[in-house]
Amino acid sequence: MSCDDKVDCGRRRLLVATAAAGGVAGVAVAVPFVSSMLPSERAKAAGAPVEVDISKLAPGQMMTVEWRGKPVWIISRTKEQLDTLAKVADKLADPKSEKNMQPEYAKNETRSIKPEILVAVGICTHLGCSPTEKFKTGAESGIDADWAGGFFCPCHGSTFDLAGRVYKSKPAPDNLEIPPHMYLGDAKLVIGEDKKA
Amino acid sequence: MSKVNALLQGTLNWVDERFPLTSNWKAHLAEYYAPKNFNFWYFFGSLAMLVLVIQIVTGILLTMHFKPDASLNASGVPVAFASVEYIMRDVPWGWLIRYMHSTGASAFFLVVYLHMFRGMLYGSYRKPRELIWIFGMIIFLCLMAEAFFGYLLPWGQMSFWGAQVIVNLFSAIPLIGPDLSLWLRGDYVVGDATLNRFFAFHVIAVPMVLLGLVAAHIIALHEVGSNNPDGVEIKKKKDAKGIPLDGIPFHPYYSVKDIVGVVVFLMVFSVIVFFMPEFGGYFLEYNNFFPADPLVTPPHIAPVWYFTPYYSILRAVTYPLFGIDAKFWGVVAMGASTLIIALLPWLDRSPVKSIRYRGPLYKGFLTAFIISFFILGYLGMLGPTPMRTIVAQICSVIYFAFFLLMPIYSSLDKCQPEPDRVTSK
Repeated sequence: MSCDDKVDCGRRRLLVATAAAGGVAGVAVAVPFVSSMLPSERAKAAGAPVEVDISKLAPGQMMTVEWRGKPVWIISRTKEQLDTLAKVADKLADPKSEKNMQPEYAKNETRSIKPEILVAVGICTHLGCSPTEKFKTGAESGIDADWAGGFFCPCHGSTFDLAGRVYKSKPAPDNLEIPPHMYLGDAKLVIGEDKKA
Repeated sequence: MSKVNALLQGTLNWVDERFPLTSNWKAHLAEYYAPKNFNFWYFFGSLAMLVLVIQIVTGILLTMHFKPDASLNASGVPVAFASVEYIMRDVPWGWLIRYMHSTGASAFFLVVYLHMFRGMLYGSYRKPRELIWIFGMIIFLCLMAEAFFGYLLPWGQMSFWGAQVIVNLFSAIPLIGPDLSLWLRGDYVVGDATLNRFFAFHVIAVPMVLLGLVAAHIIALHEVGSNNPDGVEIKKKKDAKGIPLDGIPFHPYYSVKDIVGVVVFLMVFSVIVFFMPEFGGYFLEYNNFFPADPLVTPPHIAPVWYFTPYYSILRAVTYPLFGIDAKFWGVVAMGASTLIIALLPWLDRSPVKSIRYRGPLYKGFLTAFIISFFILGYLGMLGPTPMRTIVAQICSVIYFAFFLLMPIYSSLDKCQPEPDRVTSK
């Protein structure tokens, strides 16, 4: 800024300093304003783990429980269903579950602790719809003739296999999330908490 | 009589010395000279203002009874959902006010789409009207935000899952995405916090911005003057008093003409409000008559008709690119499909403005664009299948080609010469 005879430089400096201080205060007040829209302490506290009794879950059946407001599926897979997992592997985007969508103890072929029991968050990794189960195989499923069973998202057509792994060339980028979970005995499952080594 | 007149004149003078009432009346109505050759397409600007007023008035009345509360009442129904049912069943004339508001939302988009199409037909976005177009596009974006926020409020199944999908769009942005969508929702899932803030956005934040933008849109229009179906500037030929030869005062000529449009519009609007307020599931979706259930997505989920073209573009993108997954590029394509319209003033290199003097290239591209826009809109209402995805991909390419190739084909086109002055039939 050039100062000539007509400009009182002392006053101009004061003016600039005042405006700058006002600007800083204006920006600073954005912090509480913006933060007020983050999840409240109450919302954060609501994410407690849930306990589920799975003794009545027969092979081939699925149940849904709520954890942190999300649907969590518990599926007891039959022998035949488990056999499909290896067969569909070459059609999947991430067959070996290399992306970090599951705890370490579920990073295996069945994406589970017990091979037959799958615990997965029933929220499509695309835009958060809840996929529907399509356990029927073949053309009867309404998907395609060599459908091996799994899940179909009604919103944008993503498909997942029976381990929640996403098929290739679908809008959803990742496999379904496996939540932290652990067993307390044979039929008692805890979702939202695990024994960290 | 003359004493009354003198009193009125005195009052007016008193006001004019303190507030520019008469000068504004003249500048914007009685001495705002609009081209004399406006046709049918020029109804939609004033109709958009009418719908805005309807939405504000009915909206204020609805807030007196609506409760933005997702907790369950004694009968196990979410309070917000129950308050909408209460408005429909127990509030005197509540059904009428609510149906006016819900039909008004669809009417708003219909009128605004036609208004925008008018601008494309006659090149109303061209120099010197670029800022009018930009303000209009921001109005359109605000309108989409307003419709989206409002759609969550009845807290039905489509409200819930629609909001879930749209908020999750933001999570596709690399790095900041997941935190951004958490911040927008105010909770780990769409919940009471989300409902409450969407209510705040819907009833106060967005409408205030919208009103300011509408004022800016009109002030900018009245600064440069209206375009017309011939796309020639009436200000180039003025009479001795400096009034455009082809201009007529907005009031009374167009104020009266617009009343005809208002009457016809209100007739159609009333038929829908009274006899088909759900409009076959297009204005009010059937799934929204079920209260929101966070555990079950309805088997068929689709946005309301006015969002379906962009929704189709979103899900047409199924390929990852540059190591970022398809979800992100779908969101980018959807955002680009709305924002690219704002660039029209700079994409169009044609020597003429109006479709009347454009050549076959532009007409062909425009036709293909409109057809693909309708097909995308139709596909967006249906569930996805592999065949439909391919059709949507082709239409998306045409949609973007219309804009991105415009600098080339609009300058190559064989145009007819523009007339010196507007033509009247």
